[in-house]
Amino acid sequence: MILANGVVIAMAGYFFWRVLRSGPPDEVDEEKASFPRGG
Amino acid sequence: MSKENWGSRVGLVLAMAGNAVGLGNFLRFPAQAIQNGGGAFIIPYLTCFLLMGIPLLLVEWSMGRYGGKYGDHSTPFILDNISGGRPIWKYVGVFGIFTNLAVAAYYCYLESWTLAYVWRSVSGAFSGYDSIAVSQMFTDYVSLGTSEPIVFWIICLLLNTWILSRGLAGGVEVAAKVGMPLLIFFGLFLAVRGITLKAGTDGAIYDGTEGLNFLWTPQFDSIWNFKVWLAAAGQVFFTLSVGMGSIQCYASYLRQRDDVALNAMSAGWMNEFVEVVLGAAILIPISVGYLGIERVIELTQTGGLGLGFRTLPYLFQQWGPLLAALAGMAWFGLLFFAGITSSLAMGTPVMGFLRDEFGWKREHAAWVFGLMTFLLGAPTVWFFQYGVFDEYDYWAGSVSLVVFAMLEIILFAWVFGMDKAWAEITRHADIRVPIVYKYIIKYVTPAILVAVFVGSLVQEGGILDKAVNADIHQAIAAAVDPAQKAELNKKLLFVNASRGLLVAVFALIAYAVYLAERKRKREGYIPVIRKD
Repeated sequence: MILANGVVIAMAGYFFWRVLRSGPPDEVDEEKASFPRGG
Repeated sequence: MSKENWGSRVGLVLAMAGNAVGLGNFLRFPAQAIQNGGGAFIIPYLTCFLLMGIPLLLVEWSMGRYGGKYGDHSTPFILDNISGGRPIWKYVGVFGIFTNLAVAAYYCYLESWTLAYVWRSVSGAFSGYDSIAVSQMFTDYVSLGTSEPIVFWIICLLLNTWILSRGLAGGVEVAAKVGMPLLIFFGLFLAVRGITLKAGTDGAIYDGTEGLNFLWTPQFDSIWNFKVWLAAAGQVFFTLSVGMGSIQCYASYLRQRDDVALNAMSAGWMNEFVEVVLGAAILIPISVGYLGIERVIELTQTGGLGLGFRTLPYLFQQWGPLLAALAGMAWFGLLFFAGITSSLAMGTPVMGFLRDEFGWKREHAAWVFGLMTFLLGAPTVWFFQYGVFDEYDYWAGSVSLVVFAMLEIILFAWVFGMDKAWAEITRHADIRVPIVYKYIIKYVTPAILVAVFVGSLVQEGGILDKAVNADIHQAIAAAVDPAQKAELNKKLLFVNASRGLLVAVFALIAYAVYLAERKRKREGYIPVIRKD
């Protein structure tokens, strides 16, 4: 019980902390931003 | 093209987590765990989360952002795009609108029960009544003895419509930023209260930890049971809201330089925190504290709805009037927030389709969604006792999800191609996604989904049995009382009519997709590619 709850709390906390820490996105690379439509 | 955007990353992640977190986290998971091996259930459950849940989250978030690049915010044309224009896939994408509409139709009604029960808790409606009377209140409620259920249902529909009409940043995101923290706060309050219950105080027969220990005590021999793995896969599936098309829609409003990998992991694990940590620590410890393990096992045979609405309100009364009101407000309040953040997610793809393809204004699309939910939901309200609600839940809320998830992952990994899919998942990622996931997404997850689908098809009481109404026919054959036979035949009629209605709705949406495609061709549609 403690292990399972501990794993879940740790993972949820870690990823949410990473989200809170994340800075603004990089500037757009115009060349890489162009994708052809379709598969 | 829609100018909608997410206002903040935290808001996006909370909205996505809210999409996933629903009543099932608090009502379904505890019941499933109890029925499938207690603590040992967590092993197949977390395994399925890692091998099926996370891959589907990564796939759906990526598909959404990819589709959003071309201005597509609902699955018909997202899938059309990803398939390279192969005609069949836009019709597979119909699932991503149909499921949201059909589930929202009955889910908003369920949500309205929680709102009504918040009011009942705060106004002391359960005070002084015994357990049988409190349980009967729920039966009376869904039997529409008064207009109260209809009033609360309309309030819920209007609330959903109003929030949706305010858009993503101004509506959905605000609801998530308010609702999710409150949900977690209420959950923590109840979890602490439940775990600290002591035998002999407040009428409790057992300690709260008794229920917790039972839930978490592993019965390892259950791990070798395929049914337990099927149940675990099913629970992971439903709890994450994958296979619905709502994740793709939310993700389609990302900027192209936004990450999907970290966002998907954060939202997914947040759902697991609410389910495994909070969800398990409330319903079962409190129920076992007062009823004992045997009785709770018996009551969870039919899911957690009965415990949640019939039993808990009575048990809260043992804590005195003030704490009972607070506990009821917290319990039904967190269920309400769990519900509304999910139903808002269901509205967005429907609105996205109407706005993208037919140029509708946001407010009009929101009101039409509200109206459609009302019309489609009305049979689940008025004919609840004839199984209409359960039919919608089974076909739209269970079977559709598995079918759509199976098809979409085949599309993304095999038709679009795993190299391109992987490039899409890892583009602008804020975390390194383990490379093993490239192979899990291509081989393992599809295999699990096929196994889940086939298993659900053939197991006793599964899809095939359901399709031929085996249980109702058995009951009719066993009934001796003519009145009972007549009631069962009536139920059969409503069950078949519900299915007909759902099929008609699916066909109608497919026709709308056909009209949209024709409109695109007629107008020489050229997508405005998003480059931010």
